[in-house]
Amino acid sequence: MAQHPLLQVQDLVVKFRLRFGDLTALNGINFTLAPGERMGLVGESGAGKSVAGFSIINLISKPGFIASGRVLFEGEEISSYPLEHMRDIRGNRISMIFQDPMMTLNPVLTIGTQMVETILAHSKVSTAHAREIALEKLAKVYISSPGKRLGQYPHELSGGMRQRVVIAISLLTNPSLIIADEPTTALDVTIQAEVMALLLELCKNERMGLILITHDLGVVSQVTEKIAVMYAGRIVEQGPTKNIITSPKHPYTQGLIKALPQAENTGRRLYQIPGMMPNLTSIPPGCAFHPRCDQAMPMCRDHTPVLCTLEPGLTQVACHLYGTSKEKA
Amino acid sequence: MRLWKKFKNSYALYSFLRDPVAMGSFIILSVLALSAFGAPIIAPHNPYDTTTINIMDAELPPVWQEDADPSFLLGTDAQGRDMLSTMLYGMRVSLVIGIGATMLQAIIGIILGLISGYRGGKIDSFLMRMADVQLSFSTLMVAIFLSAIFQALFGVAAFERLAIPFLVLVIGIAEWPQYARTVRASVLAEKKKEYVEAARVIGLPSRRIMWRHILPNTLSPILVLSTVQVAHAILSEAALSFLGLGMPITKPSLGSLINSGFDYIFSGSWWITLFPGFLLVLLILVINLLGDFVQDVLNPKLYKG
Amino acid sequence: MTTMNKLLVRLHNVVKHFDISGGFLDRISFTQGRPCLRSTTVKAINSVSLDIFQGEILSIVGESGCGKSTLGRTILGLYPPTSGEIYFQDTRVDNLSSDAWLPFRRQMQMVFQDPYASLNPRMTVRQILEEPVRFHFPELKTPEVRDKVSEVMLQVGVDPAWAGRFPHEFSGGQRQRISIARALMVDPMFIVADEPISALDVSIQAQILNLIMDCQERFGLTYMFITHDLSVVEHISTRVAVMYLGTLCELANKEQLYQEPLHPYSRALLSAIPKLGITNFDHIRLKGEVPTPINLPSGCVFHTRCPYTNKRCQQEMPTLLTASNGTMVACHGVEEGRI
Repeated sequence: MAQHPLLQVQDLVVKFRLRFGDLTALNGINFTLAPGERMGLVGESGAGKSVAGFSIINLISKPGFIASGRVLFEGEEISSYPLEHMRDIRGNRISMIFQDPMMTLNPVLTIGTQMVETILAHSKVSTAHAREIALEKLAKVYISSPGKRLGQYPHELSGGMRQRVVIAISLLTNPSLIIADEPTTALDVTIQAEVMALLLELCKNERMGLILITHDLGVVSQVTEKIAVMYAGRIVEQGPTKNIITSPKHPYTQGLIKALPQAENTGRRLYQIPGMMPNLTSIPPGCAFHPRCDQAMPMCRDHTPVLCTLEPGLTQVACHLYGTSKEKA
Repeated sequence: MRLWKKFKNSYALYSFLRDPVAMGSFIILSVLALSAFGAPIIAPHNPYDTTTINIMDAELPPVWQEDADPSFLLGTDAQGRDMLSTMLYGMRVSLVIGIGATMLQAIIGIILGLISGYRGGKIDSFLMRMADVQLSFSTLMVAIFLSAIFQALFGVAAFERLAIPFLVLVIGIAEWPQYARTVRASVLAEKKKEYVEAARVIGLPSRRIMWRHILPNTLSPILVLSTVQVAHAILSEAALSFLGLGMPITKPSLGSLINSGFDYIFSGSWWITLFPGFLLVLLILVINLLGDFVQDVLNPKLYKG
Repeated sequence: MTTMNKLLVRLHNVVKHFDISGGFLDRISFTQGRPCLRSTTVKAINSVSLDIFQGEILSIVGESGCGKSTLGRTILGLYPPTSGEIYFQDTRVDNLSSDAWLPFRRQMQMVFQDPYASLNPRMTVRQILEEPVRFHFPELKTPEVRDKVSEVMLQVGVDPAWAGRFPHEFSGGQRQRISIARALMVDPMFIVADEPISALDVSIQAQILNLIMDCQERFGLTYMFITHDLSVVEHISTRVAVMYLGTLCELANKEQLYQEPLHPYSRALLSAIPKLGITNFDHIRLKGEVPTPINLPSGCVFHTRCPYTNKRCQQEMPTLLTASNGTMVACHGVEEGRI
């Protein structure tokens, strides 16, 4: 069998059916993740990064639906799987970590019960064996005295500890891909560093793929190998992390990086991208970023740029500044 | 003009137009309310006017039965009053008492709930224990007790004259804790929000913060509660009247009509009890259905899942 | 530092404890078979002394639960301090009645974290902005108040034509501008900004940070800037105070703190900042968890997690002392030259 990429997302379009018509939340997303590769999905709220994460495992809730496009996981097209079949993949071969650990943890069950249940749901082992697996995974996320933790309830743990338990739960079934949606946003700086370092270490050791959904460019640059920057439901730039951080091509990415307070610009006015992300109901025609772009050209207003490779294997960018081929608006 | 436009584009109207149950309930309730309050114009007879009542017309069946008189559409009661007219007038009494009692509950409950929630501490404990005590007496018990005292003090004639305000007072006093608790709960939630702190940083006096800032933000639960409470008050009044403690038979409400027909139900005059009973059920049902709809619109998160 | 001369706000041994024991029945507990009344207090701030000078931006950093927000609210009189003194321009303000507070309300304002909760959803922007002016300057006539509203709205970058709208019609960034405008309406000297940008998007954060700095320049404001975001602190502040479990660990000029943090906690905190272009984690790992502020550790509150703990740290509470480079630090290790 030929080696498949871990995940391929092809022309994924996700819409929400609302009372005044369909709202396009994702507008043709393409990316590929190799086994063990770590990718960051960066963007501001409303850019569609969480929708992208959810739609990969077909977890789009009611008014939303996948309008077109395909998601291939290890070569299988999972976007068209029926719900029962999807359950085998979700939480088994693909795990998800949410911003709020309490979304995953049930407050009225002990950590042990929840972990054992998860194992039993996905594999045929004895309860005693499942407990052993749970202990092993808890030790893996550096939780002290894991035996004691199994008998505790989620509210007895601190925020950082809870998120580590969630990571341990996501590891139970030895997934090959973890989707982490803002896993450290609710945590303090020192704990954030610990949790991110842990995720990075686990992904490296277990050769797990990681999709890290976040708005924090600092975190992404520490953990991932490549980045996709999203704006108004499209990927506007993607490529290796180092290239994007050091020489961003798209004016939006440039603006985002310049807007960060850094040691070099201390005390001075920060660069600010004027205006704000358009509402999904009123995405401007052409390049969605053109009303905020300081390098906008007349053609940006009428033609939507498509993602094009500047140099093979390096950054892809969707911007007319780089003479990319255009799509009729 | 702008308000109208806002209303036209609002989520409430949108969901209302797509909810046949709510629309149907609203139409029925409007028809009922209009005909109740327009009773003096619409009703074919005036049941309060003793000169037009003829005892010879007593217990006539509805028109579709034998021996009916076509001028009495739904038949007549034991005193010869036209059922339809009496029911319309009776529904007016029921609605007036229901709405009046709810308003009284709301006034007492909102003031006490606001103070209790905002001040906290000893006042809060005192008011809430008072509410607990009040709730441990049932409405009926309070009403029986008070009406007994009232009738003993002022006589039955005075009671018949003052029955409406008396019932409003009794039901209003018996149920204010519902409002007080609801308001207190939402005040406690609102009080923690930063806009209240901002008002305190400005230096506004507590009374102004309570009335101008917190109260408007507790209106949605109050509105939801009010629909339930109106229905509840109408039912309480009906129950009291049915027990003979409410509206006198000369000025019947739906409850006293049901009661007065009860004696005749086994002699075959089922319509005297059944029609007002049906009307009462319909009235309560549509109010409750509308209340559900209001709740769904104001708290969209509550019932989804 | 020419601007840093005049003392504006002074805190002297401020303590704030919250009693969370609850009602009488909640407090009954049994020790050795005998019933007794137990009281539970959250020790949010433990003896903090701090000077804020006119024209500076003093940042308070620390992790959640360290008491930094409580400190800001205590200064503004939203919580009365349990003990200690707070001075504003040489007047003691912590024991004032609410009427006597009023003149100081005009001088001290606050900007809040959550732009969705800090504006009353049932009031229009005009009502929100007019309220403080009308309350504090009742002599102003309606056209003057309106002018003031438009002027301040322009200053914070919100179109005055939108004054008739309700807060929910604005985006998060614009609401935060309105929140800043409300604070500016009474021409204050001192603003406590409680995490004003942490609920906002990256590109909007830059806009609001710029606005906060512009306002400082234009109106000569003094800020107490409460945040957990250390890169923002580095960008914006004059001096930085690091708090841990209700205690001040270190108070330093920004440059000194970022070049040479002295307190072991400051070091751990600074090493954990995610930075662009750094691809590995070399943060200092702290052992254990933050203790609860209900049962504070004895001695130095940080000793349970500090890598340099010794016996003295476990028994004796360190005081804030001036170190060799002028930084104020509360650490036995630094005092003894161990660290």
